[in-house]
This record gives sequence, structure tokens and C-alpha cells, in this order.
Amino acid sequence: MSSAITIPIYLLVALAALVAAAKAVEPAYAVHAFIVMAACFGAIALTIRSMKFASDGTLLRPKTDDGRYQDDVVRAGVIATVFWAVVGFAAGLYVALQMAFPALNIGEYGTFGRLRPVHTSAVIFAFCGNALIATSFYVVQRTCRARLAFGGLAWFVFWGYQLFLILAASGYILGITQSKEYAEPEWYADLWLTVVWVAYIAVYLGTILRRSEPHIYVANWFYLSFMITIAMLHIVNNLAIPAGWSGKSYALFAGVQDALTQWWYGHNAVGFFLTVSFLGMAYYFVPKQAERPVYSYRLSIIHFWALAFMYIWAGPHHLHYTALPDWAQTLGMVFSVMLWVPSWGGMVNLLMTLEGAWDKIRTDPIIRMMVLALAFYGMATFEGPMMSIKTVNSLSHYTDWTVGHVHGGALGWNGMIIFAAVYFLVPRLWGRERLYSIRMVNWHFWAATLGIVLYVSSMWVAGIMQGLMWREYNADGFLVYGFAEVIDAMWIFYLIRALGGVLYLAGGVMMVINVWRTICGDLRNEEPLARMPEYDARKDVPLGPTAAQPRPAPAE
Amino acid sequence: MRFKKFNHGTIERNVTLLFVLSLLVVTVGGIVEIAPLFYVQNTIEKVDGVRPYTPLELAGRDIYIREGCYACHSQMIRPFRDEIERYGHYSLAAESMYDHPFQWGSKRTGPDLARVGGRYSDEWHVQHLKDPRSVVPESIMPAYAFLAEKELNTRNIAASLKANRAAGVPYTDEDIEKAAVDIRIQADPNADTEDLLRRYPKAQVRAFDGDPTKLTEMDALVAYLQMLGTLVDFSTYVQAEENERGAR
Repeated sequence: MSSAITIPIYLLVALAALVAAAKAVEPAYAVHAFIVMAACFGAIALTIRSMKFASDGTLLRPKTDDGRYQDDVVRAGVIATVFWAVVGFAAGLYVALQMAFPALNIGEYGTFGRLRPVHTSAVIFAFCGNALIATSFYVVQRTCRARLAFGGLAWFVFWGYQLFLILAASGYILGITQSKEYAEPEWYADLWLTVVWVAYIAVYLGTILRRSEPHIYVANWFYLSFMITIAMLHIVNNLAIPAGWSGKSYALFAGVQDALTQWWYGHNAVGFFLTVSFLGMAYYFVPKQAERPVYSYRLSIIHFWALAFMYIWAGPHHLHYTALPDWAQTLGMVFSVMLWVPSWGGMVNLLMTLEGAWDKIRTDPIIRMMVLALAFYGMATFEGPMMSIKTVNSLSHYTDWTVGHVHGGALGWNGMIIFAAVYFLVPRLWGRERLYSIRMVNWHFWAATLGIVLYVSSMWVAGIMQGLMWREYNADGFLVYGFAEVIDAMWIFYLIRALGGVLYLAGGVMMVINVWRTICGDLRNEEPLARMPEYDARKDVPLGPTAAQPRPAPAE
Repeated sequence: MRFKKFNHGTIERNVTLLFVLSLLVVTVGGIVEIAPLFYVQNTIEKVDGVRPYTPLELAGRDIYIREGCYACHSQMIRPFRDEIERYGHYSLAAESMYDHPFQWGSKRTGPDLARVGGRYSDEWHVQHLKDPRSVVPESIMPAYAFLAEKELNTRNIAASLKANRAAGVPYTDEDIEKAAVDIRIQADPNADTEDLLRRYPKAQVRAFDGDPTKLTEMDALVAYLQMLGTLVDFSTYVQAEENERGAR
């Protein structure tokens, strides 16, 4: 679109935002209107800049962009991913510390209740979301051998998504929330995200339509399914009626209907935003990094359709023993248990892809991250079905066990596979020979792994302990523990959990340094991670009784 | 004509087909599970005593949501012996029928609040919200002292009631018209509240934060907490449930 059209549009939106700010009932909503206005001015500035310096080399447009693929928006996405990773991890560490040291709840804007959604949204939507947008744009171009369709729209997706994230995060701190977990932003931010998401689907589908490969590669099925399903979930779960022009809204559904709609959304945000899409990511980056083809084509077909069909049914397991009817709870439980099979189908298929390349675990820390990610994916998708069994859930629900479970998945599976993808992408996107430091990737791997172990195991113990203490009766038939006594018993576990967070955040900081230095073009002078012994023909003989007879030398 | 065996390659070469099939497989589960909840008897049954929130309670509920209380407190008592002894009668679907959105929660860092109404005095709540550890030393709850200072914003209350009515809460025209008055007099022990109590039975009227001269956010939040779980009379409800069982 020409700047003669876009600049007046930005100005009009900025004016509308100014009016909204003036009419806002609560000052918090006025702040949001001003953010939108600032975004419009930023967009105008960018438009003017690109008019003047289109052919100029900038940070996002280095020389390597040869025109075959549009990678500038992917580069921006990788930078955003790394940035939001540190924000999300730091916010998580802070709220974890608040649970051990309540004095860290500061004033009106720094309480746990307001910061907790900042952490969850920063990690799920900002860190994982940016990684998904960036990798999907990278993968779809390579696997379709086509340049992105609607290149300008791809930039709109990127910046539009960042605006949504800033509205969401600032909103929580200011007290703007619908209280639906993982869908907290108010209606106007939701509408904006819908527009951005439709543009995202348009760019993605458009690129597939331009493909010069007859087949659509399996990674793209997963990415596409994720986009479609998230659009459906987002729209239905955020149906709400605004209260006048105040910015505040009330959900369309109430009580039990609202609860199931929310957890239909909530569970499938996990299912499609954090699982199906990430399988798409893994289906491209694991075979590429291992330099091996995907293990089974048939298995990928079966587990794709089975996963997409079954995930949707599992939502009610978040509402066991509540006022939701029994039949819905049981249906949710049965599908959750069945879901174990297609989930492991994906894990097996991707792990077996490493067949013939297992030695790389020793030498390549990126492969190591991928294997750990798949292992955690397998663990979380076993633990999930187990916790969805009503008897287990009666103990685990409302406790920190659930918190441990989701972090096993988020830190282990989503985090690790994103780190691996980032380390894969950065040298390629900026045209560098290799990463600044491979050894630093190894350090990142171990810091993060140790962090996850501390986090998950402390939350297991804390959660099971809570569940057991709440229901403990003495011989006379009285409850043994008051609620406050159970809180008191959690302190040490909350402390260990925070320590796990420190380690995971430290890994994230190492990634920032490594990525930054790689972009700058620096190479750390370092010993290789593992030295392979030189080939020795005399030692290349079969083991066992025939070892005395050396094998004839190959005819070459 | 030879019947050709199904070939997945067809889907892999046609993005429209892939798009449509992907959408179809993900819609089934949601429709089967959610749609019946709008029709099944025990999810839409009405229970005596359940009424829409008064304007002050609704404003308190908005503060409860704004502060993210649901992140640590559930409002859903499960039918287990220990939960019933700790928190009271298990929660009924009807008790949250006017909750837009629901506040069942997912985590109990703090205790369940579904029936916290009437369990503690107003003074206890105010003191606990201002400085939780002064009344419960083990508590890890944030302090909300600022609520007692902040005057309650009542400018938008009629619009809030209207939005709730559009979503299905049976507020009358009179309720909406008088919302701006109702929200003030519920926290004023000297006001004439006969009309308010007629339209909102069992509503509690007093200066919830202890200061009748000022309408604060603390008034609204405590008014909300003190009404939670108090609307249904379980001595009569249990009987109705037993009768229904007998009839089946």
C-alpha cells in the first residue's frame, strides 16, 4: 500500500485513540488509548523512514537477503523472541519470589495478582507466539520454495502482534483484565488480535498457494491447524458485551457454560498454541539439524489427524468434580487418556528421526536441546492424561502439582525447542559461519535443564503434599491441618522453585549474549565441544572372535 | 470404473481441502460438549435465593477481577468430605448463573472463597486486606491497603448493569435507573434502603469499611466477599434435591 493511503489511516486511528482516551472512565483505559496512539505515530515514522531509505542496509536487512525468500520479518521475529524470553522468565522469577517473600508485592501495580498474567502472557503469547510467527514464516518459505505472499502484510502481522502484547501486559499491571486465564485482555485488544490473526493466516495461506512444491510438507499441516483452531477458540471464548464505552466488558456466557467455554479454550491454547504448532516447528528443525529424513510418513499422518480431533474434547478435565455435569467430565477424561497415544506418536516419530544420528547428542548441543525437548514433551503428555483421571485429579486439582506439570511442558518442551530453533536460525539468517559460541549453547542447555529439574520436582512434592494435607483426618475424625499451616509448609519448595527459575533465566541471558554476538559477526575462539578421534584403519575391525582377521580394505 | 483407494496425497496437494478438513476435525468436540450445557436441566436449573448482584457487589466483583484474586482463590467447592467440612456445602451450578465471567478459579494458593460470606467480620476483612500477616501470620497474600484510600468509581455502574442484562442477567429498568443511587446507599447505614432490599433480597447494608462518610473500593470488595455463598438456604435446598432423587 502506498504511504499516501497508510499515513492518513494511521492519523485517523490516532485521533480515534485520543477521543477514546478522553472518554475513558478509568485512567487505566486512557493509558491504553495513548499506547495505541503512540503505535500509530511509530508506524508513521516507520513508513516515512522506509520511503527514504528503502535500499539502505539496516539491522533487519543485511546483504544476504537475495530476494528468493523474505527473511527480514523472520529476523525481527527472532529478536522479539529472544527479547520476550528474558521478559517472560524474569517476570516468572519475580512472581515465584513473591510467593516465598510476600513483601515483594509492592503497592497497587506490583501485586502477584496483576503480575502473574504478565508472566503467563509474556511466556505463552510473546515468547512462544513470536517464535511461532517467525519460524512459520521461515519454514513455509523453505518447504514451499516460495517467497512470502503479501510481504508488507507480514510486517503488519509482526508489529500488530507486538502492539497486542504491549496492550495485554500493560493492561494487567493497570488492572485491565477479563479474568479468563490466558485470555485476559479486554475486548478491544481481542478485536485487534483477531485482525492481526486473519492477516497472519492470509500471509501463510497465500505463501502455500504460491508454492513450487506439489506437496505441502507435514510441518505446514501442523502450523495451519494451529492457526485455524486458535482463531476459532479466541473468537468464541472472548465473546463479551462492553459496558458502555468504558473499555470494561462482561462475558457473554455465565457460570457453568462460561467455565466450559473457558477451559475448552484454555486446554486447547495448550493443545494448539503450545503443542500442535510446536510439532510443526519440530518437524522442520529436528530433521534439518540431524540431517536425517522424518522417520515415518504414515505415522505423521495418523498422529496429526488424531491429535487435532481428540485435543478439543479434553477441556472438561479442568473442571472435575465441579458443577459441570458428570457426563461431560467423564467424556473429557476419556479423551484426555486417549490423547496419550497420538501425543506419543509425535514424540516417537521425531525421536526416531534421529536414528543414525544419535552420536550427535555428544557433539551438538542443539540436538541435545531437541532431544530433551522431545523427552519433556513425552513426559508432559504422559503426566497430563494421568492427572486427568478423576481420582488423581481429586488430589492434584487446585495444587502446585498442576503448576509443576505445565512448567515441565513449557520450560522443557516449548522453551528447549525454541532455543534450538533460535540457535539454528541465527547464523543462517544473518549469514554467519556459525554461532558466536557453541560451548555457551552447552552451558545454556545445562543451566536450563537443571532449572527445570529443580522447578518440576519441587512443585511435585509441594503439590502432592498440599493435596494430602488438605484431606488429612485424625483418628477422631477431625481435619488435621488448618489452611494456613499448609501454606507454611510450602515455603521451602517455593524457594527451590525460584532457584530453578534463576537457573532458567541465566540460560536465557546466555542466549541473548550468544545471539547478539553472532549478529555482530563475532566468533569466540574456543575448543570444539567434542573431538572425534582420527580415523585409524587398523582399528576399524569387527569385534568378537573374528577380530584377528582384519576386514579387506574398501576398493577405493 | 475402478474404485480408487483413498490417498492422503490428495489432501497434501490441496490447501483448501487441508484447511476445511482441519477446521472440521477441531469443531466436533466443542460442539458435542458445550452446546448441551445450554439445555441440560441441571446446568440451567434455577435455585431459590439466587439473585443478580447489587450494584455495590458487582463493583466489588469487578475489583476482585481487576486484582486477579482468581489466580489464587477458587470459588468452587467440590463434593468431598474434607472440602465440605472446610468450606461448606458443595457449589451448585445455579450459584454462578449470573457470573459473567465465572470465578471458579484453578488454584488454591489461598483458601476457597465460594462461601466466605458471613464467616468473618467486616473489621477482620478490612484488617486482612490492609495487612494480611497481621491476622494470619503464615499468609503470603499481597497487601491491599490502597483499596481503603481509593474512592469507588461509580460513573459507569448503570452501563455495567446494562451490559450484564444484555448477557442475560435479569436486571429491571428500575434496577438500572437506580443503580447510581443503590451503589451509594448500600454502604450507608443511615440511608433508606427498603426499596433496595425489595429488589435485592438478603442484600447487606452497612459501612463495610467502617467509614460511612466515604464510599471506597474497600466497601465494594468487602460487600462482595460478605455475600459470597449466602444466597441459597441449604436447609431447604437439600430437601428439594432428595425429593428429586426419590422421584427418579
